[in-house]
Amino acid sequence: MQIRNRHILGWLEAIPLTVVLVCFLVAPIVMIVIVSFWGATEFSIYPAFQFDNYAYLFGSEVVLRVFLATFKYALISWAFTLAIGFTVAYFLAFHIRSQSMQIALFLLCTIPFWTSNIIRMISWIPFLGRNGIANQTLISWGVIHEPLEWLLYSDFSVILAFVHLYTLFMVVPIFNTMMRIDKSLLEAARDNGASGFQTLRHVILPLTKPGIMIGTIFVVTLVMGDFITVRFMSGSQRANVGRLISNDIGLLQYPSAAATAVVLLCTVLIVIAILLRFVNIRKEL
Amino acid sequence: MRTGYDLELVHLTKRYGDALAVRDLNHVFAPGSYVCLLGPSGCGKSSTLRMIAGHEDVTEGNILLSGQDISHLTPAQRGTAMMFQNYALFPHLSVRDNVAFSLRMKGVDKATRHKRADELLELVDMTDYADRLPAQLSGGQQQRVALARALVTDPKVLLLDEPLSALDPFLRIRMRAELKKLQRELGITFIHVTHGQDEALALADEIVVMNNAVIEQAGTARDVWAAPRTEFVARFIGGHNVIDLEGGKATVRADAVRLTQDGLPATVVAVEYQGASVAVTTQTETGTEVLALLPEDQFFASPKNPGEPVRLSWDEGRLHRLQA
Repeated sequence: MQIRNRHILGWLEAIPLTVVLVCFLVAPIVMIVIVSFWGATEFSIYPAFQFDNYAYLFGSEVVLRVFLATFKYALISWAFTLAIGFTVAYFLAFHIRSQSMQIALFLLCTIPFWTSNIIRMISWIPFLGRNGIANQTLISWGVIHEPLEWLLYSDFSVILAFVHLYTLFMVVPIFNTMMRIDKSLLEAARDNGASGFQTLRHVILPLTKPGIMIGTIFVVTLVMGDFITVRFMSGSQRANVGRLISNDIGLLQYPSAAATAVVLLCTVLIVIAILLRFVNIRKEL
Repeated sequence: MRTGYDLELVHLTKRYGDALAVRDLNHVFAPGSYVCLLGPSGCGKSSTLRMIAGHEDVTEGNILLSGQDISHLTPAQRGTAMMFQNYALFPHLSVRDNVAFSLRMKGVDKATRHKRADELLELVDMTDYADRLPAQLSGGQQQRVALARALVTDPKVLLLDEPLSALDPFLRIRMRAELKKLQRELGITFIHVTHGQDEALALADEIVVMNNAVIEQAGTARDVWAAPRTEFVARFIGGHNVIDLEGGKATVRADAVRLTQDGLPATVVAVEYQGASVAVTTQTETGTEVLALLPEDQFFASPKNPGEPVRLSWDEGRLHRLQA
């Protein structure tokens, strides 16, 4: 009797979370998947079960190029955020000795997050523009004679914005894992004759892998799902999958947008699945 | 004559800002001996060990090993190796790779360093666990791996920072026997930091008692036990009563105190049965606590209870005058 009560109680306890997840995660995704099989004309959407949307996605060369561009943004942004994030976290975790200083500097890193993404993006425009601060400064120093055109509305500015926006998502998990590394391990490495670089390579890096992996998942999913940064920073001259979806929605082509979203979701899930094959992050959660 | 790898501290001083952690230490550690640095926490024993290891800068003074000043060398160049309090095994490396770590840093090829690691693992009887990760080992096993890792570089001096404190009491006694056995087999100097006097007495060829950044007394375990130089040593090493006499303080060992018909009047405060003996804590009229450690049969011939008046006496010859 009591055992059965415990069973019922267990199910009851699980209900609130189940309801939330079903309503706000499972149901919308199911809806998107269903709509992705619907059909659309210029002025109407009609329920159907057809593969036209997917056939178009997988057949079009433009779509392929946009996907490749999305991967390119994700890969390059990942490389830069990792390099900067790891360095910042390393500095915070191992070079700053006092804990209050660590916390202060860490909070300093988060200050840009007090303003919205869009403001932070737009503030690059007067800096990078043709007659912006960067170009004027370089000309006044005599480094260049004509304004650099590729500073703004280019892949450069898009990736710059991504790195600026998302480096903190790398810093936080890496810093967190580094702080858990027992300092006596570093002394033990030194005692065993490891140089600073060898300690980094053979002790710190392997022990920081879970943090790097969590940061990677953050950055990759954020960059791959983004559309606003690409639009603003490229002056609508570059495309990624997010923009493809937003354009479709603008044209009320919901079935096509839904199909693209499903493909993007699967792509991101595959990328994460591959990443998780390399590192076990369960310990960190 | 001094031979072999003797370690010498010369005017060794360590300051953290204004705080003095180690003050002007001068000491020669005999080669091939098991030395215990004994003292309460904050007495400077760990700082001393870490300076010898090279993990702490020397403020003033020198550390000599076989006559050579090593105080400005890196830890790995010194010919010392350290075993850390929590063992500091690399959690991502197998036992074998942990032991082989220093060889890998030197660029020794895989086959050679694994062979050498396996030799060391055999020495500490851990061959069967070579492929495990440290997290899969018990405390005692981790300690053996840490020992093997420290010994793989053939150090002249092995430094142990409270190596037994992370173990449960039963294992502690077993591991200390193993440490002692290993030291005898290897014939190198072990310097073992501890705050447990029983550990020091059981292990050490030489005990160095430290307090307030200085060495209070150094000598063989028996010498320190039989003739503590200062009141601090007498109290810290345990089993001694410190008594005020005209002309200074003196100690008398607890097992030399007897309950007799005449002598110093006192009151029993507590009685503790310890198996082979009974510990009777008494208080004299001047308020000094005196511990009498009586053989079990003697105590139970005329048992005493707390609150009862007794008289204490001891042979004059057992009284030991303190120098400070």
